[in-house]
Amino acid sequence: MTLIDLANPTRFLALTARVLPWLAAATVALLAIGLYQSAVAPDDYQQGATVKIMFIHVPNAWLSMFVWGVMSIASLGTLVWRHPLADVAAKAAAPIGAAFTFLALLTGSLWGRPMWGTYWEWDARLTSVLILFLMYLGLMALWRAVDDPARAARAAAVLTLVGAINLPIIKFSVDWWNTLHQPASVMRMGGPALDRSFLIPLLVMAIAFTLLFVTLHLAAMRNEILRRRVRSLQMIQASRIAFSSELGAGPREGSASKGAGTA
Amino acid sequence: MMTSLGPYASFIVTSYAAAALVVAILIGWVVLDHRSQTRRLRELDRSGITRRSGRSATDTPRTITRTIT
Repeated sequence: MTLIDLANPTRFLALTARVLPWLAAATVALLAIGLYQSAVAPDDYQQGATVKIMFIHVPNAWLSMFVWGVMSIASLGTLVWRHPLADVAAKAAAPIGAAFTFLALLTGSLWGRPMWGTYWEWDARLTSVLILFLMYLGLMALWRAVDDPARAARAAAVLTLVGAINLPIIKFSVDWWNTLHQPASVMRMGGPALDRSFLIPLLVMAIAFTLLFVTLHLAAMRNEILRRRVRSLQMIQASRIAFSSELGAGPREGSASKGAGTA
Repeated sequence: MMTSLGPYASFIVTSYAAAALVVAILIGWVVLDHRSQTRRLRELDRSGITRRSGRSATDTPRTITRTIT
């Protein structure tokens, strides 16, 4: 099945029906393994047991940017290739991305209080991620504000691509500015700086959360296709009602105008 | 378990509980939304509103698979 085949929503629904149970099962299995490894991971010599917060903070922080990246590619699909499912993909991803970003901010804050002595600091990394979260909310509000999905899709696609400028700012904020947030320790030149006892649970949790995103995203896309199907059928229903009421009102209007002419 | 988490156990437990809650909300949203859309499609189907393709509005993905294969 190619990408062109998936342009047909009915084929896409058939595909999701086949793969969703497997994806859900794989997500549950990997999350269970990741949580077990996180629980038995040793304490860090500096952070102590709070290093366990990193096993959910870091995957959520990665996904907060990854999801916006997915939405940016989908936006290109809307504006350039006009793929029928591109805006469905972008719209369905936004609430999930917002949830991951919220979790990254919340867990980071809960880690920061014991380690930095503060829940929040207006440094470049934290502020740029907060802006990302607000952009997710803005995008969701835009989708709700415009009734016509096609018009909303174009506006949202432009906003998403403009917002993608924030992704390199988030990534390199720790290098460009003097921040309280530590620099990259996994995705960096020279390989990860983490010990295997932390790196393996972290990567397992990252894959598990990525699978969770893929599962939820496909399910949300399926729902969005069904919602649009409902909308188009409701429009057919409304036009039938309007047509039948017009037919019913026709002769009455004629007689009313005749009456007005004679008066 | 709590004692092995040291003096910052409340921060760790809150982080994991918040993650579990948010994930549960996401799953609940997806499941309830699917039920809601399916129910609305079924209601439209009952009122005689059908798609241009002639398929029933309540076509489940399983029946669609059978149709296109």
